[in-house]
Amino acid sequence: MDFLFTEEQEMIRQAARDYAERELIKDVLERDEKAEMPTAHIKNLTELGFFGMMVSPEWGGGGMDSLSYVLAMEELSKIDAATSVALSVHNSLVCYGIEKYGNDAQKEKYLRLLATGERIGAFLLSEPEAGSDATSQRTIGEDKGDHYLVNGTKNWITSANLGSVYLVTVQTHPEKKHHGINVLIVDKDTPGITLAPHEDKMGMRSSDTHSVMFSDVKVPRENRIGDDGFGFKFAMKALEAGRIGIAAQAVGIAAGAMERAIQYSKERKAFGKLISEHQAIAFKLADMAVKVEAARNLVYKAAWLKDNGHPFSLASAMAKQFAADSAMEITTEAVQVLGGYGYVKEYHVERLMREAKLTQIYEGTSEIQKIVISRSILK
Amino acid sequence: MKILVCISNVPDTTTKIRFTDNNTAFDATGVQWIINPWDELALTRALELKEASGEAIEKITVINVGPQTTEPTIRKALAIGADDAVRIDAVPEDAYAVASNLSSYLKDNPYDIILCGIDSSDYNGSLVGGMLAEFLDLPSVSSVSKLDIDGGDIKLNREIDGGSEVLSTVVPFVAIVQKGIAFEPRIPSMRGIMMARKKPLNVVPSGGEAALTEFVSYDLPPAKSACKMVDAENVKELVDLLHNEAKAI
Ligand SMILES: Cc1cc2nc3c(=O)[nH]c(=O)nc-3n(C[C@H](O)[C@H](O)[C@H](O)COP(=O)(O)OP(=O)(O)OC[C@H]3O[C@@H](n4cnc5c(N)ncnc54)[C@H](O)[C@@H]3O)c2cc1C
Ligand SMILES: Cc1cc2nc3c(=O)[nH]c(=O)nc-3n(C[C@H](O)[C@H](O)[C@H](O)COP(=O)(O)OP(=O)(O)OC[C@H]3O[C@@H](n4cnc5c(N)ncnc54)[C@H](O)[C@@H]3O)c2cc1C
Repeated sequence: MDFLFTEEQEMIRQAARDYAERELIKDVLERDEKAEMPTAHIKNLTELGFFGMMVSPEWGGGGMDSLSYVLAMEELSKIDAATSVALSVHNSLVCYGIEKYGNDAQKEKYLRLLATGERIGAFLLSEPEAGSDATSQRTIGEDKGDHYLVNGTKNWITSANLGSVYLVTVQTHPEKKHHGINVLIVDKDTPGITLAPHEDKMGMRSSDTHSVMFSDVKVPRENRIGDDGFGFKFAMKALEAGRIGIAAQAVGIAAGAMERAIQYSKERKAFGKLISEHQAIAFKLADMAVKVEAARNLVYKAAWLKDNGHPFSLASAMAKQFAADSAMEITTEAVQVLGGYGYVKEYHVERLMREAKLTQIYEGTSEIQKIVISRSILK
Repeated sequence: MKILVCISNVPDTTTKIRFTDNNTAFDATGVQWIINPWDELALTRALELKEASGEAIEKITVINVGPQTTEPTIRKALAIGADDAVRIDAVPEDAYAVASNLSSYLKDNPYDIILCGIDSSDYNGSLVGGMLAEFLDLPSVSSVSKLDIDGGDIKLNREIDGGSEVLSTVVPFVAIVQKGIAFEPRIPSMRGIMMARKKPLNVVPSGGEAALTEFVSYDLPPAKSACKMVDAENVKELVDLLHNEAKAI
């Protein structure tokens, strides 16, 4: 067993940290306030090669392992999870999904451009009435021979606006229930697609989230991934990988809040001593450190299993549930450590707390992770 | 044209400095090593110049005098964009030994522009660049805050007390660079990081002279005492503290 990072992994972590500390920090509060998309950052991170970093060089990607990606996610999320979520969706859902399950023609046409970040990917599974229960897809993809005719609405879609390659799950054979679901690669500029206004959210306000409406959208048959009816399985497999990214994001949010709490506790005095010298505060910091470390190790292990070709569905569910729930606890306690200052925006921890909440919801709520975990251990 | 950037391997600027062996040696346990910040900026400027030059600047080399443990730092420079690297295999015992090693290599492997930092963030010697130019018998310009190449025309801004001078020179020369030389260091791209191991890193034996100085011992500066806050309204108290306690006025 080896817990040391390679030189490259360290360099990637440092590169992500440098970008976050130099660039993301500059406008993160303003973008949060105004719910402004991080368009320029996405472009810069693309130039640095973070978008598509795990895609094989054969398709023009960076050829990096999941551990490198997890380190990048963690560092960016310490400062700005609203930006890092686009990276997670792009890399671990869209690129991974097409690279693993798409055919060569689809890879040639879409993966090549996704691998360099020339096009950004979005993953359209959730619907107004199909969230945790992704089997009850109402978006219809009617089989018209050479194309599918898509009608329906997808909800809360990250990168709906910035992205241009959509992976859309549709129901083709309602009578077959989830065995009738397909996943289609859809170009955003296909006629019949419209976006609802940007969602006004509690946290990750600057991340690009919209509902997407499909009205008689024609998608060529060759854009279907896998055999007829493979869509649900595809979505579940992609989410297994996606959870590693979101778990890493949660670790970053938690670690970012913890670092700010530690720093503050060594500067703020109350009752004649530094608050870090009050045991009640010091113990809070100790609890945070243990949870961050435990979450980190779960995430790294899930990434390691994936990189080494082992099953990782249980590991990624555990990592996501524990990291997300810990992030919520840690950010809440970080606000407490900063007292009144923690509650004002300038000090960042209240924002991290709002961001942490989302990690317990998307890509499978914490409850859904527990379903995955309990089913697996009760098998 | 070829540019050489001399890089020093230094502890991360946030390192807590500790000593061992009765304060005679630096304790490197747990230290994160980085490219000396000036050298990273020098490299960034070299890359900018190369990119703007078309074909005129054919390559950028980084060079370090150090043991094998400095290679991760050298590879970071390759990841940022240097074309190749040289490591002179010697422990950099003092600035004289470093400059002498660099010059013995450069006598057989000349470069047009040699960039050094104004000082290394560990020992702050501010010596290597000047010594190197002297050993090589080359013109050198110190405190360079700007370096431009326009065809064969080379312009350097040099910071002086209360202003700056603009100088011109011809290749080959040594520029000792400081703040301003580049806006901020470049972040390596993922591609750069993956390429770093594939770029040449030539290890050459030490050809320089031995050090002229030797460490006797180190002392840490006295710990900073806690900062005292004085109410903005209370100028009298401030003056009193500055006069009687800090004895600053
Ligand atoms: C900002 C944001 C971005 C998002 N981005 C995307 C995206 O890019 N693509 C995408 O497809 N989706 C995206 N989503 C959707 C997200 O994945 C869903 O919101 C999530 O899966 C939960 O679905 P729901 O909101 O319908 O909640 P519901 O499924 O209605 O759940 C409500 C509550 O019931 C609980 N619950 C549900 N079923 C069970 C059960 N069987 N046992 C126990 N408890 C249960 C849930 O845990 C939750 O607490 C995003 C959401 C948000 C808020
Ligand atoms: C007495 C003494 C003993 C030392 N002993 C050791 C030791 O045992 N082990 C050890 O690792 N270090 C040791 N050092 C530190 C090491 O020698 C320094 O790298 C060297 O002295 C240059 O530091 P400086 O502060 O004089 O450089 P400066 O003159 O301040 O550096 C200016 C510029 O010179 C260039 N430069 C500096 N050092 C190098 C280098 N090594 N390779 C390439 N370019 C360089 C860089 O461009 C740098 O920006 C010692 C230093 C001193 C003074």
